[in-house]
Amino acid sequence: MKLDPKNTQRAAVAVLGSATLLTLTALIFIIVFVLEKGLPVLNWSFLTGAPQDMGRAGGIFPAIAGSVALTVLAVLLAAPLGVGTAVYLTEYTRESRLTAIIRFGADCLAGIPSIIFGLFGFILFVTILKMGWSLLAGGLTLALMILPTIIRTTEEAIKAVPLSYREVSYSLGATRWQTVYKVILPNALPGILTGVMLGVGRSLGETAAVIFTAGSSLRMPASIFDSVRTMAVHFYLLAREGISAENAYGTAAALIIAVLSVNLLAYWMMNRMVAKRT
Amino acid sequence: MEIRENRLEIKDFSLYYHRTKALEEISMDIPEKKVTAIIGPSGCGKSTLLRSINRMNEMIDGVLTEGRILLDAENIYDRSIDVVELRRKVGMVFQRPNPFPKSIYENVAFGVRMGENKQAKGRLEEVVERSLKEAAIWDEVKDRLQRSAMELSGGQQQRVCIARALAVEPEVILMDEPASALDPIATAKIEELIFKLKEKYTIVIVTHNMQQAARVSDQTAFLMLGKLIEYGDTATIFTNPKNKTTEEYITGRFG
Ligand SMILES: Nc1ncnc2c1ncn2[C@@H]1O[C@H](COP(=O)(O)OP(=O)(O)OP(=O)(O)O)[C@@H](O)[C@H]1O
Ligand SMILES: [Mg+2]
Repeated sequence: MKLDPKNTQRAAVAVLGSATLLTLTALIFIIVFVLEKGLPVLNWSFLTGAPQDMGRAGGIFPAIAGSVALTVLAVLLAAPLGVGTAVYLTEYTRESRLTAIIRFGADCLAGIPSIIFGLFGFILFVTILKMGWSLLAGGLTLALMILPTIIRTTEEAIKAVPLSYREVSYSLGATRWQTVYKVILPNALPGILTGVMLGVGRSLGETAAVIFTAGSSLRMPASIFDSVRTMAVHFYLLAREGISAENAYGTAAALIIAVLSVNLLAYWMMNRMVAKRT
Repeated sequence: MEIRENRLEIKDFSLYYHRTKALEEISMDIPEKKVTAIIGPSGCGKSTLLRSINRMNEMIDGVLTEGRILLDAENIYDRSIDVVELRRKVGMVFQRPNPFPKSIYENVAFGVRMGENKQAKGRLEEVVERSLKEAAIWDEVKDRLQRSAMELSGGQQQRVCIARALAVEPEVILMDEPASALDPIATAKIEELIFKLKEKYTIVIVTHNMQQAARVSDQTAFLMLGKLIEYGDTATIFTNPKNKTTEEYITGRFG
């Protein structure tokens, strides 16, 4: 049977439309489900209090601090390295077998399950380098995990900067570094930010890699050599050990709100930046 | 020291894209403070030749050159030449107006900010004003210097781009079909401007438009398939070409 263009068009709209609807429904369902169960638990003292009795009572403040500290550390380590690598791959080398291999490596790395990163981080950072279960070991492991994403999204963002901007910059006697720093990076910033935010989201939600490397201490960390527990890990332990379903949902709600706000903030910042450049 | 009339001399210059030869042993002397037009059918190598004069072709993978291009008797392809320095002496204006997504002021100031000329940096405002005046766009933008250059019309954008090139005080200006994306009125303004600029600058312009070449240039070079077919006074080339192919091209029998 042959479809005429009009019917093909209708079919495409129907199929793509329902796919979008399905995605959106699933997303909303998850959010509503978690918030419905978790919001009643969420209040100021839950967010700012210390946990008691393994988390059966009290709040989740150390877990919030742990999530923030670990994510910030991971991003601080991975973002400069990732952006630097992407700049090197796109602006400082010509396409060659080596760049192809690096790219392939990054893609493979991005697809490795996080538990493998956890195991690797445990062996290298925790054991061999004697960091113990710590913020540092966890941050390094998460940084490795989100690095490929940052490299690849930054690369795409850099490639999307019009060639004519580079040409103009060079034609005006700018050096390569000046061109990168003054022309390419500012114009690629919204895209770079997307990559970093994906990394933030992944770090906030990660459990397996974190338990192996940062541990699950419920105390407030005092230095980067202390073990921490993140919100995601806290949720996992509360739910898995059957400690408190109520507080597990409360933690999940806090986590979801955190992730959503990070994304909204990024979205708003990107819109502002894009608006400023046109 | 002898005063040279030809600041820019192209000597047996060839260029390859990978293995394809795009320019074949081109030799021509480009006189100072004159407008030299490069004409020829599409794909004959006009842009390639122009971009060889400020070494922009180096940005492309697999480009190889032979021969020399002398600027003030120095081979710009010599190892000792600093390409950043060269590009400050040889400015470029592109086919499509391509301002940065920044303010008009920042666009014009860009080259000075990137450079090492402390004096120019110190009186940046003056430099911006002088350049915009030279590019005959000052009156139209003087009240909106902090507005985005993207808000201007195509013709205005192109003149801001010319001002941006002038701000670094080049000696030579290369223009690759600078008016081909513009309407007739904007084109006329650019041509008028070129006429004025040659008092101070050596200008090399690529154009598809025969009338434009005849109107603005003193010298004309006719290229075909990467070869320089004929080069000489514009008046001679257009009224009394020596070469049969040149005649056919300018009378519009092909191309
Ligand atoms: N980056 C490149 N890689 C490979 N070949 C190229 C490249 N740029 C140009 N060429 C080839 O070199 C030849 C000359 O191209 P060039 O752009 O200089 O022509 P042109 O005379 O400026 O043409 P037009 O009038 O269409 O702008 C063409 O055959 C073109 O296909
Ligand atoms: Mg061209």
